Amino acid sequence: MFGLISPSNLRRLGILGMNRRNIGFIGAYNKRKNYRIADNKLETKSAALSRSIPVPELYGTIERQFQVKTITEQLEARDSFVIKPSQGSGGKGILVITGRNGDLFVKSSGVEIDSREIKRHTSNILAGLYSLGGRNDSAMIEALIAFDPVLKDYSFEGVPDIRVIVFRGVPVMAMIRCATRESDGKANLHQGAVGIGIDIGTGQIVCAVQRNRIITQHPDTGVVFGELKIPHWQQILDLAASCANMTGLDYLGADVVIDRIRGPMLLELNARPGLAIQVANQAGLRHRLATADKIANLTNDQDEKIKLAREQFSQTRVGRGQLALEIV
Amino acid sequence: MLSSRVQVVLIAGLLISLGLGLTLYKAINLGFPLLPGEYSDVWTVETKANFRPSSNSAVEVELVLPKMLAGWTNLDEHFASSGFGFSIIDDQADTRLMADSRRARWTRQSLDRPTTLYYKMQLYRSADSTQLPDFPVFNPVQPRLKPDQQAAMERLVIKLAEKSSDQERFTSLLIQEFLRDSPDQDTLFLIDSYQEDALTVIMDVLAYRGIPAHQIRGIFLEDGRRRQTLSALVEIYNGEGWAILDPRTGNSGLPQNFFIWQRGEGTILNVIGGRNSSLEFALVSNSLPVKTVVGMGQRSEEVDLLDFSIYALPVEQQGIFKGLLLIPVAALVVVFMRILVGVRTSGTFMPVLIALAFIQTTLIVGLLIFLGLVGVGLWIRSYLSHLNLLLVSRVAAVIIVVILLMAVLAVISYKLGLDQALTVTFFPTVIVAWTIERMSILWEEEGGHEVLIQGGGSLIVAVLAYLAMSAPIVEHLTFNFPELMLSLLGIILLLGKYTGFRLSELHRFRDLDVK
Repeated sequence: MFGLISPSNLRRLGILGMNRRNIGFIGAYNKRKNYRIADNKLETKSAALSRSIPVPELYGTIERQFQVKTITEQLEARDSFVIKPSQGSGGKGILVITGRNGDLFVKSSGVEIDSREIKRHTSNILAGLYSLGGRNDSAMIEALIAFDPVLKDYSFEGVPDIRVIVFRGVPVMAMIRCATRESDGKANLHQGAVGIGIDIGTGQIVCAVQRNRIITQHPDTGVVFGELKIPHWQQILDLAASCANMTGLDYLGADVVIDRIRGPMLLELNARPGLAIQVANQAGLRHRLATADKIANLTNDQDEKIKLAREQFSQTRVGRGQLALEIV
Repeated sequence: MLSSRVQVVLIAGLLISLGLGLTLYKAINLGFPLLPGEYSDVWTVETKANFRPSSNSAVEVELVLPKMLAGWTNLDEHFASSGFGFSIIDDQADTRLMADSRRARWTRQSLDRPTTLYYKMQLYRSADSTQLPDFPVFNPVQPRLKPDQQAAMERLVIKLAEKSSDQERFTSLLIQEFLRDSPDQDTLFLIDSYQEDALTVIMDVLAYRGIPAHQIRGIFLEDGRRRQTLSALVEIYNGEGWAILDPRTGNSGLPQNFFIWQRGEGTILNVIGGRNSSLEFALVSNSLPVKTVVGMGQRSEEVDLLDFSIYALPVEQQGIFKGLLLIPVAALVVVFMRILVGVRTSGTFMPVLIALAFIQTTLIVGLLIFLGLVGVGLWIRSYLSHLNLLLVSRVAAVIIVVILLMAVLAVISYKLGLDQALTVTFFPTVIVAWTIERMSILWEEEGGHEVLIQGGGSLIVAVLAYLAMSAPIVEHLTFNFPELMLSLLGIILLLGKYTGFRLSELHRFRDLDVK
């Protein structure tokens, strides 16, 4: 139970530790004034829309307690929707309605609730029950994402999202996060969701972890993580990289979902992305961040950055080598 | 401009070497011991002379200063008397006391409000002798008594004399007679007719019996006492030498914790032009290494640095600093545990405050009380969360609940005779309330597992901080070498730039492919 890895091995693998992440990257590259746009999902959404970055459609927002009464009217024409706090974190306070049964609403778990329950949930969101430090918050009503059927068996009762770490506009590492019964439908690794490392070069699965341990199949759906190839991979990387410019954050995590019809969409941003992605990719971030730094110094063009990143960070090592020379 | 990393290293290096340098200077040149060796208690006695001016006339206050008897040494004394003329009189002429008597005299032309004059001294016992110097023996003056008082006293003396072999035994029996729950009729009659305290009667009975006797006045030293007053002992001449008896118990011998202020009769505080004068004493004991104490006595005049030590402060502040100086150590423990080990805690410095409470309650009792408070608090808070209250009133409600819990715990434990649990009052209420609030939110959002991790982490850090703060060597170093705080500051600055791995990360990343 107390397996340890030696610090020298971690260093050799280029693993980024919490202290270095805080001082060397978040503290050094992310200006505090730029956090706001990442921390507030409404601001993220409006900034994304102004740059034509696709996001799930916003049906409406509830900002004041008295507006809660009108929520059923707003939802009149909607069969499925998601209500979430605009400043929540870690997937807290997200209510997913997948359909209707007469006057009742059907949750993703199949449980049916009435409109009183929906109002109570919205009112809790406004009171700050799900926000950091209990700050007053606003609730946003979003379109439900019909996620790509390719990913269907990878997640238990929840939308799998793809986390891409972007450094100075260069995508450096990615993983797909899948909900489990343990994580209660949330794609949050702390709560036991599965993290599956994705090869930046090819969009293929590298390795999967749950609670920092390697696993080979999903604990609930039983699907074996193998030959999956994430669709729209280039588009996803492109979308994630655009967020660097949009926010001014040099070190960020972009969470992307793939809609069956509309393709990749930006779900939310994180100015302090976690480190578990390294275990899921069986690779350290430090070497990649150093390479990404060189790439960013080399070019300002986003397409060029992504092209170089796909070559450099491919774990299948296709076409790797000659560019390393160029950069060094 | 230097990079922030270089700046930190430079500043930290400077601070660390400054702290260590001063410490070494004190250790080598001034002889302060680095390790706690043999300790002796240094008592700081702060005397307050309170009085009201009787009219707007000149005021003269005289305080008889104690003579150092029974092995006591005065390390340092200090007078505070703003607005007063001040002098110390060394009188050789007082033959009744057989030696010189030192008095402090404060004078002032006019005074219009109640005033307190301060006299502070630092005492320690250089020799453990209970032997007092010779004292002249005077034949006692017969007390003036009414006939019925005389008859009662006569009967009492005869009764006690029958039971006692010598005068010391007689005095002891006499004191016990006055201490009894149901004294006999003669004793009761004497107490009633005198209308004075028992000690006055006892002195008169001794005089009636012809035993040379006087009072010894002084203070019972109790650590942390604020409003201690003068107490008295009885000293009698038994034909060969002087013997001391404690009027509170009847036991003979000088009590260990008694500091003699004045031997023999005479007033201690004399106020002319004032009324309602009173003397009270604040006492604090510090355990100091014998070497330090001796050094201080010899050098307190020559070395200015000592004037800037914590010892130069008034008693109450010294007590506060004794605790304050330990906090940097606890802060270092927190920094260490979070940055190097990677323990998760609920609230960054909450463990420090809990550790400070543990110092008052002792570890096991403190842990039990804390777990009890937080446990019951969480249970009540879980009900509050159903009520869907706004955050501020919710936390305020939890604060009140915590105080109620503390009161209930204190009352119940007191009734059960468990005095230990009374220390519950040392827990910082607001911090406990916030801890409950945080834990409860954590429970709802992340589940009980995370509560156990963060709660357990907080407690582990609190216990380690407590152990660090209560280690004798730490207490010794922080109090005697406060400049080490600079070194601590330097270390903490350096740790703030530590970018290496945390111990917990070696476990977290254990499943990485090493090949």
